[in-house]
Amino acid sequence: MNIIILVKLVPDLVEELTVDASGAALDMAWLRLIINEFDDHAIEQGILLKERGGGQVTIVAPDVEGIDDVLFTAAAKGADHLIKVKGDFSAGVNNHALARALATVVKGLQPDLVLTGVQANNDIDGALGPLLAGLLEMPYVGYLSGVAIDGAKTKVRKEYPGGLIAEMEVTLPAVLGVQAAEQPPRYVAVSKVRQVMKTSTIEEQSASPLDPSGGPKISRMFQPETGGRATMLTGTADEVSTQLVGIFKELGVL
Amino acid sequence: MTPTETKQQSMYDQVLESTPRGERLKLCLQCGDCSGICPFGYLMIHPPSRLIAQLRADRFEKVLETDTVWMCVSCYACTAVCPAQIPLTPGLMARTKEELILNGNVPAELQSALENSQRYGNPLGESPRKRADWAAGIQPEVKIMGKFRQPVDVLWFVGDYPSYHPRVQATAKALTKILHALGVNFGILGPDETSDGDSQRLAGERGLFEMLAERNGLAFSKYQFKEIITTDPHAYNAIKNEYPRLEISYPIRHYTEFLAERLDQLKPLLKQEVKAKVTYHDPCYLGRANDVFEEPRHLIEAIPGVELVEMTHNHKNSLCCGGGGGGMWLDGFQWEKAHVRLSEWRVKEALAVGADILAVACPYETPRFEDAAKTVQGAGQLRVRDITELLVEAMGI
Amino acid sequence: MTQDIYVVIEHLRGQVAEISYVMLAAAQELAKGQNGKVVAVLLGKNAQGLAGNLAADRLISFDHPGLADFTSDAYQKVLAGLIQKDQPRAVFFGSTSIGTDLASVLSIRLGLPLVSSCRLFTPEGKYVSQICGGKIMAEGELPGPTSLVTMVPGGYKPEQGQSNQSPAVTQGEVPSLDSLRVSLKGYIEPAAGDVDIAKEPILISVGRGIQNKDNISLAEDLASALGGVVTGSRPVIDQGWLASSRLVGKSGKQVKPKIYFTLGISGAPEHAEAIMGSNAIIAVNTDPAAPIFNIAKYGVEMDLFDLVEVLTEKVKAAKAS
Repeated sequence: MNIIILVKLVPDLVEELTVDASGAALDMAWLRLIINEFDDHAIEQGILLKERGGGQVTIVAPDVEGIDDVLFTAAAKGADHLIKVKGDFSAGVNNHALARALATVVKGLQPDLVLTGVQANNDIDGALGPLLAGLLEMPYVGYLSGVAIDGAKTKVRKEYPGGLIAEMEVTLPAVLGVQAAEQPPRYVAVSKVRQVMKTSTIEEQSASPLDPSGGPKISRMFQPETGGRATMLTGTADEVSTQLVGIFKELGVL
Repeated sequence: MTPTETKQQSMYDQVLESTPRGERLKLCLQCGDCSGICPFGYLMIHPPSRLIAQLRADRFEKVLETDTVWMCVSCYACTAVCPAQIPLTPGLMARTKEELILNGNVPAELQSALENSQRYGNPLGESPRKRADWAAGIQPEVKIMGKFRQPVDVLWFVGDYPSYHPRVQATAKALTKILHALGVNFGILGPDETSDGDSQRLAGERGLFEMLAERNGLAFSKYQFKEIITTDPHAYNAIKNEYPRLEISYPIRHYTEFLAERLDQLKPLLKQEVKAKVTYHDPCYLGRANDVFEEPRHLIEAIPGVELVEMTHNHKNSLCCGGGGGGMWLDGFQWEKAHVRLSEWRVKEALAVGADILAVACPYETPRFEDAAKTVQGAGQLRVRDITELLVEAMGI
Repeated sequence: MTQDIYVVIEHLRGQVAEISYVMLAAAQELAKGQNGKVVAVLLGKNAQGLAGNLAADRLISFDHPGLADFTSDAYQKVLAGLIQKDQPRAVFFGSTSIGTDLASVLSIRLGLPLVSSCRLFTPEGKYVSQICGGKIMAEGELPGPTSLVTMVPGGYKPEQGQSNQSPAVTQGEVPSLDSLRVSLKGYIEPAAGDVDIAKEPILISVGRGIQNKDNISLAEDLASALGGVVTGSRPVIDQGWLASSRLVGKSGKQVKPKIYFTLGISGAPEHAEAIMGSNAIIAVNTDPAAPIFNIAKYGVEMDLFDLVEVLTEKVKAAKAS
């Protein structure tokens, strides 16, 4: 079973996000990038599949600042091969460009299964997984909280609102969009990652020139107005509680 | 020793080799003092003495199957009482937790604290750029070394919780006032400061500790100062006892030692009476682990109106607040197993001696004891104050 | 090639999803300026009954047993054929488990541009999308001549997409649905025997700020005192601190209670969109910049642990008197 996992780094929302001088893009100078949390789940799901049924796990990611740490951490969790794809990703690229850049690499690896996060916080032109599925002409199912391999097919659990789950069968090779792995992403000790850094290597492949066509043109980025703010209740816990009891009475629940 | 190096044997040897005086593990008499004095020993399947027994019997895999070692709050009680002077806390317990982490056995709450420490340089997951935000607006301005770029006499290592935790920032602000009143020429690292890493080390993440220590070492080397003081006994322990092994060596003192040295200058400033019965909780890493007992008490006694009373457990046998060794980030896990909190036990001791104020000197303690006071019957009026906050109250500033 | 706006109607187990109405409302807005009509596209088996209150000028129905339940391969095939043939001005998909299985693949397959997470459109043909957890908005011209779009709720009221005049129906020709690579095996219902939170008038909802499973009892005490029920946001359910039937959010339930009282919830879009219909949102959070305060009626900037027990006592006292 040849499992490929696509990983991208996205803006860390812990930091303040600002729009740059052009007014149409995020200010990259202050941006801290972290792994897309759904891709982290995809890695966990991929490692679980390998632990259960054998196979090889390859991580493929665009070469951006901080990617080496992310790749080595995945190797410390059990990934077998690490590939970073070199290209001009510094200014940020849309998913169409990223998908095209990664498609040739992924195709060359002849995957049985491609896993990636179902979405990322900076998606503006669809999601990486299904775009790649389109390019590779593979079936795609997303919003998954469970994946099992059954011969030449995979059984997946697709999430719908309200806790409803659809069990589907998908013929391989396929691209799957992971919402949540069957268990939360495991912790790996820093010492283990440092050890892995000494023994693992990251393969580099080049991307063809980036082609962002298919994504929208953004003429303006801005922070939403925080209009219609709540009436703030102030005072000690005691005072605020008294005010709240009054509000509950007004609303007819007391 | 058999020719095949089993994992357990090599772990035994690793514990012996990696901790100073670790070879004393061989001298364990199985007296059980350690397991007896451990505050959560009764809940552990392998309290310290039994852990050593499993190691010696080559059955460490039994330990890996359990998770009760996470009840250990690294309070040093076992280490302090061991007649063979085995470094139980930093050696045995920390190393066992390390093995559990490597085996994927780490509670989820602790996992986020460790990941946050790695990513943001603090276990709370706050932006590293905001580490000095607590000092914004203070006049005179608190010197941040990266901006100030001049030598100072004292580098104040603030610590994670005084920097970011809303309740504990009051300690940082209070110490600032005191240092200004004493005319101390000090600076802070601000965004250049990263977690001291000591609790993470004792929670089993030695690699993470080294990474954090290296970052701090780099920051220290950029600036000129004569000594370091800190608000945090965990940072104190790390920088004093652990960093030198990583070739990061600076003179360091806890703020209570620094201020006690200046009591002649400080005492005349303590003009306002604080009429209260005050009891002092010895923090594990200031007291038991590093023998600093009297200086904090001198400071408290210098405050007019204060009557200092001692709790049943004091000085060397002080009771841990439960925050060390990862305990700060294992509350849910530990509650599930114990249904009692060490901080609540301590609050009851404070009430038993009729204390009005529970004085502390470690940033974990203020929020922990205040939370405990909310749930302990009769503790509604008990005030929890860091010594800096009491001094500032007495100074009327 | 037309200037019509096509809306792919989402339905699940015989119910039209609310996002479909939001999309129709948005399509109306866009169609105004593009001189086009709003065309609802419905795939299913005997699903026309669902079309009754869709605010569309006409409906294209694809009726086939193979389309009775959503599967990505089958729906993609049908829609690819339709879009290629009709070349509308835009095709709207929900930014949902259904819509996102379709839009991106079709973008590549048909060589059409795609704009996702759209919240609003102007008649002049501008889109406004939200990204980065709702912290950043992006705006631009909707690419022509044909654009694919995924939409999130929040910009329009579902009522704006409803009408008491059903649209005129034309039957679409369903292509061969052989050799599909995705098939449905069955559904798994959420755990029964628990409350239906969508029907409860008072919800006390906990977020990451509750910190651990043990503290949920604080919320339960308040809920009992008020006669309400405890719910949670995604991180709380993911940790297993509450059953998935208690999940409020994009991937959980949408709720419209009389009071939605939050403890330690930041109010990220995936959660906010599911509570917008609430009568009164009261939020408790230590972060004054938490987005929840922008949609709440009342806010308290305080540590929930300082407030909740005191409040519970006062509520009990008020009930007793």
